[in-house]
Amino acid sequence: MTEHPSIQEISEALVEDFSLFDNWEEKYEYLIDLGKKLPPMAADLKTEDRKIKGCQSTVWLYSEYKDGIIYFQADSEAMIVKGLVSMLVRVLSGQKPEDIVATPLDFIEKIGLQSHLAQTRANGLNAMIRQMKLDAAVRI
Amino acid sequence: MVEPTVGYDVQEIRKQFPILSRELKGKPLVYFDNAATSQKPQIVIDALTHYYSHYNANIHRGIHTLAEEATAAYEATRVTVQHFIHASSTKEIIFTRGTTEGINLVAYSWGRANIKEGDEIIISTLEHHSNIVPWQMLAKETGAIIKVVPINEQGEFNFPAFEQLLSKRTKLVSVVHASNALGVINPVEEIIALAHRFGAVVLVDGAQSSVHLDIDVQALDCDFYAFSAHKLYGPTGVGVLYGKQQLLEEMPPFMGGGEMIKEVSFESTTYNELPYKFEAGTPNIADTVAFKTALDFITNIGKATIRAHEDELLRYATAQIGQIPGVRIMGDVQNKVSVVSFVIDNIHPQDVGILLDNQGIAVRTGSHCTMPLMQCLNVVGTTRASFAAYNTLTEIDLLVNGLHKVIKLLR
Repeated sequence: MTEHPSIQEISEALVEDFSLFDNWEEKYEYLIDLGKKLPPMAADLKTEDRKIKGCQSTVWLYSEYKDGIIYFQADSEAMIVKGLVSMLVRVLSGQKPEDIVATPLDFIEKIGLQSHLAQTRANGLNAMIRQMKLDAAVRI
Repeated sequence: MVEPTVGYDVQEIRKQFPILSRELKGKPLVYFDNAATSQKPQIVIDALTHYYSHYNANIHRGIHTLAEEATAAYEATRVTVQHFIHASSTKEIIFTRGTTEGINLVAYSWGRANIKEGDEIIISTLEHHSNIVPWQMLAKETGAIIKVVPINEQGEFNFPAFEQLLSKRTKLVSVVHASNALGVINPVEEIIALAHRFGAVVLVDGAQSSVHLDIDVQALDCDFYAFSAHKLYGPTGVGVLYGKQQLLEEMPPFMGGGEMIKEVSFESTTYNELPYKFEAGTPNIADTVAFKTALDFITNIGKATIRAHEDELLRYATAQIGQIPGVRIMGDVQNKVSVVSFVIDNIHPQDVGILLDNQGIAVRTGSHCTMPLMQCLNVVGTTRASFAAYNTLTEIDLLVNGLHKVIKLLR
């Protein structure tokens, strides 16, 4: 069995993927595609207490802890946010809680999406990252 | 694109708004969030800096030249506002921070003096949160009951239902003149006349209507009318509460402090006369002074002239946006201000907002501070384009092209 790639490795791969596009439309198209590829979240997991505050659109986040590893499921009703969620799940799901807490997440900035995401939406993104790190922190 | 209105030189008007020459993400800014706030012409910006550079002083109390000049300018705005809304006296013009503060002032001062347990307050489904929450707070405190007038699916006020809700228990009717979320205009004249037959006091939320419609508070016969300067090409942080003089005379002050007093001892205080009774503390002098310039700007072009231009934008946008497959316009009625609010099948408004922003187009997406209305219309939110004097038909074409691009990206 091959080792699950690290947060750093998956992040770098995402940054590289995005670097292939030179205009915002292609970047967003790819981001929206990532959202579409996000594994579906079971409907009964979408409860009120799993909603993340700070997002203009609703985001649900669920985490499971098994054998020292955290698995995330998430969803959003808005496609761009779902794309961002999808990236976070791809990067953080299947990682050790210590690594999730310790590794800085600057890949979205590196991709160059941050500049296109206004403050309020960036806040929603930060709220998502914060919640994922919190979920990890309680499992350490 | 159709031909622009004859005799209306929108390019000349655009030149007066420095922000409109900005580029966003390499594209010319298309500003369609005017219902949230309008942009400011250079003369308003100049009026602000002129005030601070030439005659900044505290008003009403000082006897030096600067204080007199500042006081004169501040009071000149009050006179201009009086004429702008056809109030009978400057005593009826109270400066606030905005529409929200005006409504809260009435809720605290008039409301706490006049509303008792079991009294009823009627609002409509179209209300902005700022015309809901102050009354809920008042109701919670006093035991009053809030009744809500329903709307039809296009957002039109259900007048027969309103008639049904009115009774001797109705003490206040507080309704929006033009809906910020949909643009729909409420029949306030009829609402006021009928409410008065039941002895109710009527407040009109004029946040959206004040810039688009001719406002004559005496003809309307409303008891209160609240609006904000920043939606009328003026500065933020200034608003107006109009109130009928007799009502205002009877109302207790809202806040205590300087300006609002006649005489103070540790035993008792006598209050200043109207309108100063409601203007405690040093007001927002600079912005109030510059507000006059904004009102003059509107009056000089002519409200009817601007409205004709905005109507043309509204009609064109409604037709063009309405043609896009999967788009549904909310509040598509005859009688409305220049707001086009719409939803696109299976597309979240937030995505529309982000992807239009990337094309330099500023619209508003979400619930527009009208969550109960959105629930009633059964949508999570809408995308709203709202137009002002400086918008063009070409900009609407850019929006329509932008929307096609958005749909292509998301489908």
